[in-house]
Amino acid sequence: MTAIVANSRQERWWNSRTAHRFMNHHLALLGMVMIAVLTLACVLGPYLLPYDSLYIDLRARFAPPFTGHHYLGTDPLGRDLAARLFMAGRVSLLVGFSAMLLSTLIGTLVGVLAGYRGGWIGTTLMRTVDGFLSFPSIFLVLALAAALKPSPMMITVVIAATSWMEVARIVEAEVRSLREREFVQAGRMLGLSGTHIMFREILPNAMGPIIVAATLTVARAILMEAYISFLGYGIQPPLPSWGNMLNGAQQYLGSAPWLAIIPGAAITIAVTSFNFIGDGLRDALDVRGDHT
Amino acid sequence: MVAGTEAVSGEDAALSVRGLTVDLPKGMERTHAVENISFDLKRGQILCIIGESGSGKSVTANTIMGLLPKLIPVSSGAIHLDGTAIIGAPAKKLRGLRGRIVSMIFQDPLSALNPLMTVGEQITEVLTAHGVGTKASRRNRAIELLTEVGLPDPELMYYQYPFRLSGGQRQRVMIAMALALEPTVLIADEPTTALDVTTQAQILKLIRDIQRRKGMSVMFITHDFGVVAEIADSVVVMEKGRVVEQGTAEQVLKSPTHPYTQRLIAAVPHLTGKDRAVQEKASNETILKVEGLSKTYRSGSALFGSQRIVPAVKDVSFELAAGRTLGVVGESGSGKSSLGRLLIKLQDSDGGRILFEGRDIAKLSESEFRPLRPRIQMIFQDPFASLNPRSTIGQILTVGPVAHGMPYAQAREEARGLLAHVGLDAGAFGRYPHEFSGGQRQRIGIARALMFKPKLLIADEAVSALDVSIQAQILKLLDQIQRETGVSMIFITHDLRVASQICDEIAVMQKGRIVEHGPPSQIFLNPQSAYTRELVAAIPGERPKDTQPIAVNS
Repeated sequence: MTAIVANSRQERWWNSRTAHRFMNHHLALLGMVMIAVLTLACVLGPYLLPYDSLYIDLRARFAPPFTGHHYLGTDPLGRDLAARLFMAGRVSLLVGFSAMLLSTLIGTLVGVLAGYRGGWIGTTLMRTVDGFLSFPSIFLVLALAAALKPSPMMITVVIAATSWMEVARIVEAEVRSLREREFVQAGRMLGLSGTHIMFREILPNAMGPIIVAATLTVARAILMEAYISFLGYGIQPPLPSWGNMLNGAQQYLGSAPWLAIIPGAAITIAVTSFNFIGDGLRDALDVRGDHT
Repeated sequence: MVAGTEAVSGEDAALSVRGLTVDLPKGMERTHAVENISFDLKRGQILCIIGESGSGKSVTANTIMGLLPKLIPVSSGAIHLDGTAIIGAPAKKLRGLRGRIVSMIFQDPLSALNPLMTVGEQITEVLTAHGVGTKASRRNRAIELLTEVGLPDPELMYYQYPFRLSGGQRQRVMIAMALALEPTVLIADEPTTALDVTTQAQILKLIRDIQRRKGMSVMFITHDFGVVAEIADSVVVMEKGRVVEQGTAEQVLKSPTHPYTQRLIAAVPHLTGKDRAVQEKASNETILKVEGLSKTYRSGSALFGSQRIVPAVKDVSFELAAGRTLGVVGESGSGKSSLGRLLIKLQDSDGGRILFEGRDIAKLSESEFRPLRPRIQMIFQDPFASLNPRSTIGQILTVGPVAHGMPYAQAREEARGLLAHVGLDAGAFGRYPHEFSGGQRQRIGIARALMFKPKLLIADEAVSALDVSIQAQILKLLDQIQRETGVSMIFITHDLRVASQICDEIAVMQKGRIVEHGPPSQIFLNPQSAYTRELVAAIPGERPKDTQPIAVNS
């Protein structure tokens, strides 16, 4: 029923100071455009290219970029690199996004609960976070990935399991300071339940830092996926991902450098763009600048 | 910029401001922060600039100090400090003037002092920056200054860090810093607003004494007419960036000519000393009875032996009849806010009983107490922090009743009705808190508390954050509500003048205990305890008729 009254003023959000500040952040805007282009290319690209990503043409092996209709060249089996790059992008971006959603969800739940309840619940949860943080995450990921049957789903879960702690810490700190604000006291005065106060009163006020952390988590997750797949524990061929494309490219580094450069550039662009967006959002959502 | 300079008679004005206009960036609510203001600060006088929030008084002070942010430029006008034109003067020259010719005391002495430097270092730093004296002479001068501002044990004080000092002591250190180079003009920007009333009285006396002893000129910015009556030789009244009235303190306070000044002075709460007329709806039925209530804060760890124990409320007992108002007054740290939070069970008490309508609620758990919550409601202090910025007014008002099972449609109708009742239009329902002013937000806070038709309303410093004219309106609204609904109220405040306006009975708290309890006539006219006497005597601008008014210095 809250939705009835919620949308009276919110349609103006693009006029807000936050939106203005974000639009004035040139790097963030650039990042936004790059991600949009990259996502569009990965979604639509495979339909527009003349070659399928799994079509093998042994006569056209190791074609350098711009030979015929192979715009980015071909790989050691003569598969079109552009088609493979875009298909791999789908997998990598999907894994990145899903890992972000999952880890943000876990982190937020843990953070809100620990921050609002405090006491032994808070202590237990936050010491668990510390425990997770003290594992060298890359080894943990490799160990988990080696033990489990690798699939995009599994990789997502494994990455999320090692990256929710940062969100949890940020949210916990934020909630702990919001908990003392008078509007939360007022919620208790009205006799609202703890769950209502945590998720309906406090959480909307902590969204800024959560969004920033989430954006940066996407970047981290994409890198992480590339790591694991490069080492051979992640996405398994023939399904391409940016990481396992790099893996396949390492023996031909001297003779066919584009095999490494192209997926490498894709990873770099995606990761830096997400980092730029995260920085821009951090500046734009900075609550101190918005207090009136 | 040169225009108007001949008006400055260099001899008798230490500071003269002529036709000063400071622009605001586009898109703000008005185009100028201050517009065409002119006034003189005569040598050896105290000039009070008074106005409500947003009147441009602090901008004026910062312009004179040359401390305006780049975003808001001076567009025209002239300022002469001790004969020197300062608008358009190079930054280096201004820096030389600051501290030497003009210096400033700020509102919040804690944030104005560097927490990592000792008191002595901060004072000698001023001297070093202006290249005055040797290391030894600077130290002597600092100790001399600390003595002058009345700090105990100046030799020891020299090595103290700010966090060890009380608010009043910090403000004394700020004053010592400002006086270090014997400036001609001292600007004080609300220097006593953050202080308790007894401390405020001491600081006002100190500023007046020093001003007289040194023949300094003081520009004193305040929002409190009580302070003006206490200290001013002449007064400038500002409204929305314009000077609406100026003259001697006598003229402005006794026979104000501008309607705004008249309104402001009429709104100032005065000690009435009269008991409140008994409410029609009041009965003798006791709604709340508190017996031996206590609360102790523990911080740190008992395990590691670093525990700090602070008793906040000690053995407090009182009774409140239906439809009546009990004022709880005291200075910061007296435990009055803790008491309010204990009564509404935002905190659990350690001992004692709270009998609400005959039932002890002190022992109830949160879930047992939840059904009773609608009967005891609270109005919070800070109208900016007490409303969720992400919720509409409608959500804020209806969320409680809906959680207690009222159908949404009914809650919405009642919320609309209440908004009208507290003086807001029904269109407020779909808007967000940031679209309202402080006074309007406090009305929303009151409407929220009334949604449940409570039996007991606790107002914790409910009008302290508001301008004086708004304060008067809110007090009137609370009074009206009590007459209509017969709700009982506990009115927590640090301001005895406000308490005297609205309370049937007053309890004075000190260090967690109630030291005196009685009707306003007793508390204000015939106080029984020494502490109450001290509190009443410290109220600015309220002197019993038989004592001497402060001699006007020339």
